[in-house]
Amino acid sequence: MKVTVIDYGLSNLRSVQNAFAHCGAETLLTSSAADVRAAEALVLPGVGAFRDGMAGLERLGLVEVIRQKAAEGTPLLGICLGMQMLFDESEEFGTCPGLGLIPGRVVRIPDTDLQGNPQKVPHIDWDPLFPAGGRTDFAGTVLEKVAPGQECYFIHSYEAKPADEADRLADTRYGGRDVCAVAAHGSVVGCQFHPEKSGPVGLSIISQFLNICQK
Amino acid sequence: MANKIRLIARLDVKDTNLVKGIQMEGLRKLGDPNQFAKKYYEQGIDELLYIDIVASLYNRNNLSDIVRKTVNDVFIPVCVGGGVRSVEDVRHLLSMGADKVAVNTAAIKRPELITEIAEAFGSQCMVLSIQAKRSRTWPGKWEAYYDCGRAHSGYDVVEWAKRGEALGAGEILLMSVDNEGLQRGMDLELIEAVTKAVHIPVICGGGVGCGDDIVEAARAGADAVACAAVLHYEKETVPELKEEIRAGGVEVRSV
Repeated sequence: MKVTVIDYGLSNLRSVQNAFAHCGAETLLTSSAADVRAAEALVLPGVGAFRDGMAGLERLGLVEVIRQKAAEGTPLLGICLGMQMLFDESEEFGTCPGLGLIPGRVVRIPDTDLQGNPQKVPHIDWDPLFPAGGRTDFAGTVLEKVAPGQECYFIHSYEAKPADEADRLADTRYGGRDVCAVAAHGSVVGCQFHPEKSGPVGLSIISQFLNICQK
Repeated sequence: MANKIRLIARLDVKDTNLVKGIQMEGLRKLGDPNQFAKKYYEQGIDELLYIDIVASLYNRNNLSDIVRKTVNDVFIPVCVGGGVRSVEDVRHLLSMGADKVAVNTAAIKRPELITEIAEAFGSQCMVLSIQAKRSRTWPGKWEAYYDCGRAHSGYDVVEWAKRGEALGAGEILLMSVDNEGLQRGMDLELIEAVTKAVHIPVICGGGVGCGDDIVEAARAGADAVACAAVLHYEKETVPELKEEIRAGGVEVRSV
């Protein structure tokens, strides 16, 4: 299985490649629209600011080709900022349009918790995944091998709010509120946490993504 | 009070060796840092912190190769510090596999570096490292030190932490120089003073000798605790520490 990892200048690419290699995949790191067009499966990693990320994709002429691939049903995994860019828009540094592959917005994590007490932003922690969007388990999804309650590593100041509840695959909780941890829409899936940094649980998600890609 | 804590292994490196001192002096060589990193990952540590302990004295960071090897088979967050002076230094360490960088000396000398790093890579990459020592001249306060705990900045630690947050730091690494390496508990007053003053997570270190020390740090407000000697000398394992933390009523990631 060969996975095409999109390099737009803002990522922990080595860690992403290492994690996919550990799970038995060959990776192609690329900034080229032609490589993305030819991809069997795509990974959109990401660390940094939304506007810079979208500007990077636009500069490289990758926005339209990523949209096309998603429309054709090519599996696409977005990680952290890469997950947020799958949505319609973000309010990070003024409203900025995203890829529009999952309906919804990206907003700042509130600086108070549900009780009105101050809470830390960025949210940095290992936090549990719970089934969301009306699901009671993760069967048949990219989280198939994850037991509800298992923890992954989150580090983010913004959070995605899917417009359609059904697109919420898993939530975590921060400050008493549900936070979208995994969103999925058609062949597109996004993880707010870093599966490549989430130990054996994260690796099980990557390996299940690869299984789905091979189907 | 934080009801949940991240447990971090701190690996101080000199040349290619893991080292450990007491109050940042008298360094002992303990072995290959990669072997320690892998052992702690397998035991369920939540994060690794590598510090090139003498880098700022020699103006370079030697950790690239060690980090590159570590991230081949260790799949948890890795923070790297020591001798980071520029946006380019950060870019290089991130490309080797680091997820965040901890900056101390260069930020004290030129605080705008904090903003430059946060703008280039996001606040979550920019960890402001503070070596805090109780001040003899300002009662009840701490002064920020640099160059391996040897040079004093004239900065009040609490004010410096607040300024670091305002400049764009996403996290603070707060080390007590007084308690470091003694394994007799942490400086809880320091932890409380800093965590109350800022709205970003604070990793606290210096003085952990057992799980109860970590529970007390969590109660004082620590979001994460960095341990070194207690793990390196195999006084306790990661699962043993985590069991004590849970027994003390503080949550910690289960593996």
